[in-house]
Amino acid sequence: MRDSLFGLVLGRLASSLITLLLVSLVIFAITSLLPGDTAQQVLGQFATPEQVEALRAQLGLNQPPLLRYWQWLSGFATGDLGRSASNGVDVIQLVNDRLPNSLLLTAITTVISVPVALIMGIAAAMRRGGILDRTLNLITLSMVAVPEFLVATLAVLIFAVQLGWLPALSYVSTVDSLGAFMKVYAMPVLTLCSVLIAQMARMTRAALIDQLDSAYVEMARLKGVPPMRRVLRHALPNAVGPIANAVALSLSYLLGGVIIVETIFNYPGIASLMVDAVSNRDLALVQACAMIFCGAYLLLVMLADLCAILSNPRLRNR
Amino acid sequence: MTREKNPNDLFVSPEQSMQVYNAMQRGLSRRDAMKVIGATGAFAAAAGAFPGFSSAWAADSESATPQYGGRIRVAAHSASTKDTLDPALGATAIDYVRAYMFYNGLTQFDEDLTPQPCLAESFENTDNGSHWIFTLRRGVTFHDGKPLTPQDVIFSIMRHKDPETGSKVASMVEQIESVKALDDQRVEFNLSSPNIELPSILAVSHLVIVADGTTDFSKGLGTGAFKCQEFTPGVRSVGVRNENYWRDGHPYLDAIEVVGISDESSRVNALLSGDVQMINEVSGNSAERMKTSDGYQVKATNAGNYTDLVMRFDEQPTSRPEFREAMKYLFDREQIKRVALRGYGEIANDQPIISSSPYYFDGLPQREYDPERAASLLKKAGLSGATVPLVASPAASSSEDMAVLLQQSAAQAGLNLDINRVPSDGYWSNHWMKHPLGFGNINPRPTANILLSQFFLSSAAWNEAGWHNEQFDQLVIASRGEPDLATRKQMYADMQTMIHEESGIGIPVFISSVEGFDARIGGMDRTVPLGSFMGYMFAEHIWWKG
Repeated sequence: MRDSLFGLVLGRLASSLITLLLVSLVIFAITSLLPGDTAQQVLGQFATPEQVEALRAQLGLNQPPLLRYWQWLSGFATGDLGRSASNGVDVIQLVNDRLPNSLLLTAITTVISVPVALIMGIAAAMRRGGILDRTLNLITLSMVAVPEFLVATLAVLIFAVQLGWLPALSYVSTVDSLGAFMKVYAMPVLTLCSVLIAQMARMTRAALIDQLDSAYVEMARLKGVPPMRRVLRHALPNAVGPIANAVALSLSYLLGGVIIVETIFNYPGIASLMVDAVSNRDLALVQACAMIFCGAYLLLVMLADLCAILSNPRLRNR
Repeated sequence: MTREKNPNDLFVSPEQSMQVYNAMQRGLSRRDAMKVIGATGAFAAAAGAFPGFSSAWAADSESATPQYGGRIRVAAHSASTKDTLDPALGATAIDYVRAYMFYNGLTQFDEDLTPQPCLAESFENTDNGSHWIFTLRRGVTFHDGKPLTPQDVIFSIMRHKDPETGSKVASMVEQIESVKALDDQRVEFNLSSPNIELPSILAVSHLVIVADGTTDFSKGLGTGAFKCQEFTPGVRSVGVRNENYWRDGHPYLDAIEVVGISDESSRVNALLSGDVQMINEVSGNSAERMKTSDGYQVKATNAGNYTDLVMRFDEQPTSRPEFREAMKYLFDREQIKRVALRGYGEIANDQPIISSSPYYFDGLPQREYDPERAASLLKKAGLSGATVPLVASPAASSSEDMAVLLQQSAAQAGLNLDINRVPSDGYWSNHWMKHPLGFGNINPRPTANILLSQFFLSSAAWNEAGWHNEQFDQLVIASRGEPDLATRKQMYADMQTMIHEESGIGIPVFISSVEGFDARIGGMDRTVPLGSFMGYMFAEHIWWKG
């Protein structure tokens, strides 16, 4: 069994590498297709053609695209992420400044949202059709339906502008106590949780109900297994696969897709770094961000699959 | 508290202006000089009418003595990883603000945009402006203790001529042929042709003085009122008071933190919740919202930013003079100001010089909205009932609103404008000046001559409409070397008339920059009509009353 798991991980890693390579190629092609290049973007509206040419030569932009891609790729393979074309800082340093912020936000949101979502989903599945289920259904549906920029803006208007309890912006570097930490993260985490919890709770409920309807659970019930044990011991292990995948998708979204929350709370995370990079046509930085997002996504999905295999006796013992 | 109710008439009358001027000649500060008007009974009118005077000074005059200490946080509208402390590369408000916080120029602008001594304690020209001698102030040191020398000046200016620097003002320093040290205090500038406005050019934020041989600009090492404590591009920068600042008594604040908040509503919310104390680029709607609260004030500055209709001379149908004239008559300027700018602007007259400029020509009749006249002009051009594409983009502020309003008035004159909206991404390199009929947006320039040279000279790279007029070109060049102010003014009057009559651009309104600030900030009545944040030079002039 260990061999098969090891083989799976190896196979996944190999295919991940190919995926990353393809993604980097696609990103490079799309970025090259965008109107305007780095030199024009850096110099702005009032650039003279001579300045643009000089900067292009300086940045090596007048080389053929394939050669530039190869230069980037060979650098990347040896661990050199290159320099940001727009401000000359090493990409690794820019990413180092931002990635911990994004990871921290992801971690806090995960720690809060995953247990809450699981409990909500399991409770709803156990009381299917009951008052609790319908209430939770209503809550999660409305949470999914309300876009996060609305949640975030309303939260700022109420808690920051009207009540003055929380800061309107999240300043990562001014946190010096636990109280300040909670204040700073309260609104961004609340906003992200409200969307994620709803999604994950609904997935959990659906996956679990699927299992609760199956014959073996019926059998367990006829044999007199108590409801709690029936759900947690019999049905849940079989539902872990889809649930883990739902969680993995949500988490990969947290890392790179939270641009709205980063913008509204002015949180210096990696999503806004990538948006900056794209608008500046800063290829090395775009690629680095894309590789991080893509790598994180592949890793999370692989972990989710491993979770599903390890938690399921039938898959585990195959 | 009376607030600025009427942004229409932003300026004091000539008589009041003279009174203020005379009072200032007697050694009064502008604030005190403004009180002279108050004493003569014209107080209320002047308070509401002065550019950006949110009448705050009237209420605050008793607490007008600056206070020392305090720390504020300022949020500008754009910040990205492109942020820089290299003054040559400054591209947005936040860069200019930092340049003036950490560095000083040889000269600096005052409230009338007249260049005043700064790091140079005096300057003179010998022959109508092609040789200039700047005498450096003694005892000025950089933040690391190194004294200011002529070498620093030479390095700071000449590096802009190197294309590798990527300087934003390369075209302005092109005329500077050489900079030489005469002794340990005097520096000589030699220009390729006379320019009476060199001291104004040297006051721009890109040409502030850095230490000789600097290659790493991330430390913000200058002579400015604040020392750079932290600089994280796209996130924030912190300046702390420079105890050895050469200007006695300045700055007042202990520290200023500058951050970027790109989302407008987040920026306004941050101010309203007390997280930041000053913001720029406030929309008209938010400004109205802020005015309802006593703790905040709104200040509108007309610095001469304009979004203009560009009509190319080298393309059809905009090459026909009747068509261009008709388009200028189709601007309902009042409506554009009211609807597109929510009142935060000033009616313009198809020429780019604002009324607060010393060279403004007030004898030029205002072009009014006249669809009938436009209809007959279009008929003459053979374009009645024609359909013409019009390119607009969020990149040129308010151009989409203007395009819609123009489309409606054009319909009245029997012209169909087909609005083609394009994204702001890549607009300046791919669309601007490349369509027969489109919009541009021009930021304020430090002097009228730079503005005219960069955007109206036949040979200019950004001659938006491709307009060629030899007489105009000669006037632009001649006015640079004209020592007599009255003659120079007449030259500028002629140039404004030519642009108004013939050129291919239509300027319906000037767009005011609107900023919001906490009422506990003192000293905000100072206005430099170059842009928001007191022409980006607020840092050493304000204090905290909280």
